Amino acid sequence: MPWIAQYLWLIPVLPLAAAAIIAICRQRRRRLAASLAIGSMAVSFLLAVAALALTLHPRTSEAVWRETFSFSWFEFGATALQLGWVLDPLSACMTVMVTLVSLLIFIFSVGYMQPDENFTRFFGFLSLFAAAMLGLVIANSLLLLFIGWELVGLASYLLIGFWYHKPSAAAAAKKAFITTRIGDLGFLLGMVWWYASSGTLLFYDGGNGCLEASALNLLTAQTTFGGMAVSTAISLLIFCGAMGKSGQVPLHVWLPDAMEGPTPVSALIHAATMVAAGVFLVARVYPLLDANPAQLAGISTALKVIAWVGVITAVFAACIAVAQTDIKRILAYSTISQLGYMMLGIGVGGVAVGMFHLLTHAFFKALLFLGAGSVIHGCQEEQDIRRLGGLKPYMPITFATYAIGMMALAGVPVFFSGFWSKDEILHQAMAWPVSRVPFYLGLIGAFLTAFYMTRQVCYVFGGAYRGGHRDNAAQNLKSKTSEEPSQPPQKHPHESPWVMTAPLIVLAVGALLLGFLGTPVWPWFHDYFNGRHSGVDFSRLREAWPVMAIATLFVVAGLGLGWRFYGGKRIVRAEQADPLEAFLPGVFAVLRRKFLVDEGYEATVIRGNAFAAAAMNWLDRHVWETGVLAIGYLTLGLSWASRLFDDYVVNLGFDTGCDRVRKSAKLLSSVQNGQIQSYLRIVAVALALLVLLLAWGGGL
Amino acid sequence: MSQLHLISILTALPAFGALVVAGFDAPSKRLARGVGLAFSLVSLALALALWARFNPEVTELQFVERHRWIPSLGVDYFVGVDGLGLLMVLLTGLLVPFSLLASWKIEEKPQLYFALVLLLESGLFGTFTALNFFHWFIFWELSLIPVFFLIKLWGGRERSQAATQFFIYTLVGSVAMLLAFQAIFLATGTFNFPELTQMAHDRRLANGLLKIGWLDMPPRLIALLVFGGVFLGFAVKVPLIPFHTWLPVAYAEAPTGVSMLLTGAMSKMGVYGFLRVLLPIFPEQTRAMLTPLMAMAVVTIVYSAWAAMAQKDLKRTIAYSSINHLGYCLLGLFAAMKTMGSDAVWLNEKAAALNGVLLQMFNHGLSASALFCCVGLLAERSGGRRGLDDFGGLRKVMPVFCGLMGIALFSSLGLPGLNGFIGEFLIFKGAFALSPLATAVATLGLLLTAIFLLNILQKVFSGPLNERWSQMPDLSANERAMLMPVVALMLAIGLYPQLLLGVINPTVVGWIKQIFNYV
Repeated sequence: MPWIAQYLWLIPVLPLAAAAIIAICRQRRRRLAASLAIGSMAVSFLLAVAALALTLHPRTSEAVWRETFSFSWFEFGATALQLGWVLDPLSACMTVMVTLVSLLIFIFSVGYMQPDENFTRFFGFLSLFAAAMLGLVIANSLLLLFIGWELVGLASYLLIGFWYHKPSAAAAAKKAFITTRIGDLGFLLGMVWWYASSGTLLFYDGGNGCLEASALNLLTAQTTFGGMAVSTAISLLIFCGAMGKSGQVPLHVWLPDAMEGPTPVSALIHAATMVAAGVFLVARVYPLLDANPAQLAGISTALKVIAWVGVITAVFAACIAVAQTDIKRILAYSTISQLGYMMLGIGVGGVAVGMFHLLTHAFFKALLFLGAGSVIHGCQEEQDIRRLGGLKPYMPITFATYAIGMMALAGVPVFFSGFWSKDEILHQAMAWPVSRVPFYLGLIGAFLTAFYMTRQVCYVFGGAYRGGHRDNAAQNLKSKTSEEPSQPPQKHPHESPWVMTAPLIVLAVGALLLGFLGTPVWPWFHDYFNGRHSGVDFSRLREAWPVMAIATLFVVAGLGLGWRFYGGKRIVRAEQADPLEAFLPGVFAVLRRKFLVDEGYEATVIRGNAFAAAAMNWLDRHVWETGVLAIGYLTLGLSWASRLFDDYVVNLGFDTGCDRVRKSAKLLSSVQNGQIQSYLRIVAVALALLVLLLAWGGGL
Repeated sequence: MSQLHLISILTALPAFGALVVAGFDAPSKRLARGVGLAFSLVSLALALALWARFNPEVTELQFVERHRWIPSLGVDYFVGVDGLGLLMVLLTGLLVPFSLLASWKIEEKPQLYFALVLLLESGLFGTFTALNFFHWFIFWELSLIPVFFLIKLWGGRERSQAATQFFIYTLVGSVAMLLAFQAIFLATGTFNFPELTQMAHDRRLANGLLKIGWLDMPPRLIALLVFGGVFLGFAVKVPLIPFHTWLPVAYAEAPTGVSMLLTGAMSKMGVYGFLRVLLPIFPEQTRAMLTPLMAMAVVTIVYSAWAAMAQKDLKRTIAYSSINHLGYCLLGLFAAMKTMGSDAVWLNEKAAALNGVLLQMFNHGLSASALFCCVGLLAERSGGRRGLDDFGGLRKVMPVFCGLMGIALFSSLGLPGLNGFIGEFLIFKGAFALSPLATAVATLGLLLTAIFLLNILQKVFSGPLNERWSQMPDLSANERAMLMPVVALMLAIGLYPQLLLGVINPTVVGWIKQIFNYV
C-alpha cells in the first residue's frame, strides 16, 4: 500500500491536534493559535495534494482506483466494529478542496478576527471544524462518516454561536444544530438499518463492503413496508441527513440564520465544510442510491427523489434571494440554491456531475463570502446592502475578485467555472428520462441567480456610498469588540489588508480556472471520477452547444434584467424602496419574508413541541402526582379509619367492661379501707344481725 | 484468587469507614472529611484492583465467595462479579469520591454526612455483588436508609417530604419484590440467583410455581403476579414511567453530592436488577409482556424528554433527562428479550443492544453526576439559585466551567467522540434490528434531548452577561481537579470504548447463550 494511503489519517488528525492544543493554551497566545491552525492545515493540504497525485497515476484497468485501510475499533458479540479510511478520486479531490479553501479562510481570518477578544478560541474551533470535515471525507465507514458529521455539527454550533453574547447568535447556533439533527435522526436510522441488513458499515472492504455488489444485491432483494425495497428505504433515510446538513427544502431554515457567525465561518460553512457534507454523503453512498431492484428498470426511486428535492430547493431559494437585503443572507440563499443544483446533478447525472459543481462552487462561494467579509470589515460592520454602495473605488481588489465570484456563480459563459459545472447539470437534466421539468426549473434558477447577483453587486459596489452615518453600524462594531474600544471608527470604507485580499485573489484564480477541468470538449473530471482515460474531442461540442446556448440566454437575460432594475445610478438613497418592490409589490413582500416558512414552523412544529412539553409536565404534576397523593391519602385515610374502628368499636366494648370491673372493684375496695373501727362496726352489726336471725328463727 | 476475599473487603471497608468517620467529634471536620475521602479512595483502588485481576476471557462469575448462612432458609453468603457487576462496582467506586469532593463544603455535621455516604457505598457494593436474594435484599434496603437521612437532613426546602416520598415509594416496590421472592422460594427452595436462572432455564421454576395453589388462581397468572412483583420493585427504582414521580422531587431536593449518587449509582440498581434478576429468571413472562414493556420504555423516553423541556429548575431538567437516558437502557434490554431465530446474526444484534445497555449505564452515571455536580457548583456561587432563567452569558466570566459543563452536556446528548454516543449507538443498532418501530419512535427522544440540553447552553451560558453575576468566580484549582478526571474519562471511553467493552462483552454473550439457548 502506498505510504500516503496508509497515512491518510494524518490529514484530519493534524488539525484536530492543533484544535486540542489551542483548547488548552491561554487566550492571549494569539500568534501560537493562528500559526498552529494555519500550519497544520498547510501540512494537511500538502498531504492531500500528494494523495491526489497518487490517484492521478496512469491506471492499468478501467476500474476506479481505490485504496482502503481498516482497523477494529471495538468488539461486541462475535464481531468487531471496523472503521477505516479510503483513498479514491472522490475523497482525494474533496480533501484537496477542503484543505485549500480552509487554509485560505484561516489566513483571511487572521485579518478579519484581529480585533476579537476570543481570537485564540476562534482558531481552535476552526481547526476542529476542518478536522471533522476531513475525517468525514476520508471515512471508509459510514459510522466514521457519521462521527465526523456530528462533529461538524458541533463545530458549526460553536462557531455560529461564536459571538455568544448576542442572543440572536446563540439562537441561530441552536437552530442550526437542532434542524440538522432532525435530518440526522433519519441518517441514524438508515445507518443502523443498513448495518443490520448488510452486517458491515465499511464502504469498501474487498467485496464485502456495504457499498459493494453483494451487499447491495441483498438490500435490493428485500422489501419492507409498502413494498419498498430496503435499499430505497435506507437511501431515503440517509438522504434525510443530507437534506438537513445541505439545507434542502424543507430543512433549509437554519442556513440563513447561520449568518450570525463571523464571516469566515460563513465562508467555511458554505464552501468547504458543513453544507458540502450533505452532498458529499450523497455522492459517497451513490451506489446504494443507484441500486434498483432487479425487476424495476430505469432510474431508482431514491435518485428521483433527490433530483426533485434538489431542483425544488434550487428555485425556491433563488426566489427568496431576490428580495433579501443582507449581503450575507443573499449569499446564504444562493448557497441553498446551488446545493439544490448539486443534488439535482447527482440525481440526474451521477456523482461526477454533482461533485464538479460542489468543487467549483466551493471556490467561488468562499470567494464571495470572504469578499463580503472584506466589505463588512471595510464598512464598519455594515451588512445591509441598502446602506453600502459605491465601494468600487474604495476597495478595488475586493471589487474585482467579488465580480469574478459573482460571474462564476451566475454562470457567465466560457471564462467562469460556474458556467461549466452548471451547464453540465442542465445538460444531464435535459437528458433525464423521467421528466423534462427539472431542466426547465434549472433554467429558471439560472436566470434568477444571474438576476439577484447583479442586484447585489449593483447595490454594494455601484452608485454612491450610502452608509457611514448611522449609529446602528457603530453599535454592531461595539458589540463585536466590546472589550477593545481602541479602534476608532473610520468614516470612509477602506480596502482590507493583504492578509485578507491575498486569499481572495487565490480563490478568484480558482473560480476562473477550475471550470476548464470539466468542459464538454475535455471532460477530464468526469473521466477521472469514473476511472477512464481522458482526451480532447471537439466533436462533443456539436452535441452540447444547444444547452449551452439556452443556458447562456437565460443568464444574459438575468444579468440584463438585473442591470435594468438596479444598474447605473438607480439606487440613490438607503431608504428608497427596492425597484422590484415598486414593480411587483405583492410577490416581493412574500419573497422578502422567505415564503413564511419560519413563521409556518413557528406556528406548527415549535408550538406543537412546546405544547407537548407543557402537556407532559402537566400530566406529571397533576395526574401522576395526584395519583400518588391519592394513594397516599387513601393510606392515611385507611389508617385513620382503623384507628377510629379501634377506638370506638373494638376498644369501646373492652373499655366499658374494664370500667365496670373497675367500678365494682372500687366498691369492694371501699369496704376494705383498713380502719379497725369500721371493721369492728361491721363485725358488731353482723353479730347483731346473726343474733336477731337466730332469735327470730326460735332455734334457741 | 478467592482466598483474597476481595469482594467482602470491598463491601465492608466503606461501612467500617463510616463508623470511623462518624466517631470524630464535632470540631475535627477537616479530618473527618479527609478520612472519609481516603476510605472512598481506597475503595476505588480496590475496585480497580478487582478490574485488574478480572479475567475478561471467562464468562463465569469471578471472585466468588460462598458460605452457608441460614441453611434452613436457603440463605447463603454468596458474592461474585461478572462483567456487569464489575462495571457497576467500578462506577460506584468512581462516583463516591467524586460525590464526596462535591460535598466538601458541607459545614453542617460533615462527619455524619460523610459516614452516611460511605454507608451508602457499602450498600451499593453489596447490591452489585450479592448473588443470593436474601443477602442481596439486605443491601438493597440498606442503601435506602442513608439516602433517606441524607435527603432529610441536608436537602433543600421540601427535603422532608421528598425524603419520605422517596423512601415509601421505593419501599412499596421492595415489598412487592419481597413477596414475589417468598413465592419463588416456596416454589424452588433456593434464593441463589445462578441456581434460579438455571431452574428458570429448565422449567423447574415454572413447575414449582404450579405447585403453589393460591386462591385457585391459574398457574400462569401466579407466575405473572410474581413477575409483576419483582418488576414493580425494579421499575420504581429505574424508574419507568408511570412509577417515577418520586424522582424529580428527590433529585431536586437532595444535596448535590447525593443527587450525583442517586442518579449515578442508585438508578443503576434498577437496571442492574432487570439484568441480573428479572430477565434471567423470568424470560418467558418478560416475553409474554414484551409489547406493553416496550411501549413503556418508549413512553418513558419520549415523555421524560418532553417533561424535561418544560422544567425551569436545572436539577429537575437533569432529573428528567436521567429518566430519559435510562429509558434507552430499558429499550435495549427489552428488545434483546425478543424471540428471534437462532442465527448468529441475532446473537450479534442482541449482544449489541445489551452491550449498549451496560455502556449506557456507566456513561449515564458519569455524565449525569457530572451535570449535577456542575449545577451544584453554580448554585453554590449564586446563593442556591439554579433556575434556567436565573443566569445568562456565564461564558464570559466562567469560561472553564462552561467548557467542562458543556462537554458533560454534549456527552449526555450523545455526541460522537464522547462516551454517551457509543452506548446509544449500540442500543439503537441492536434494538432497531430487533424492534424497528419502537426504536424509530424512540429516536424522537434523541432530538428532544438535544433541544433541552442546548436550551441550557443557550440560556445559562450565552446571551448578554447577567450583570448580577459579573463577579462570579470561575472554577478554583480544586474544583478543576475534581471535574477534570471525569471529563477525561468521558473522552477516553468515547475514543476507546474497548476499554469497557472488553470486560462486558464476554458476560453479555454468555447471558445470551444461556437465556436463548445459543450454542
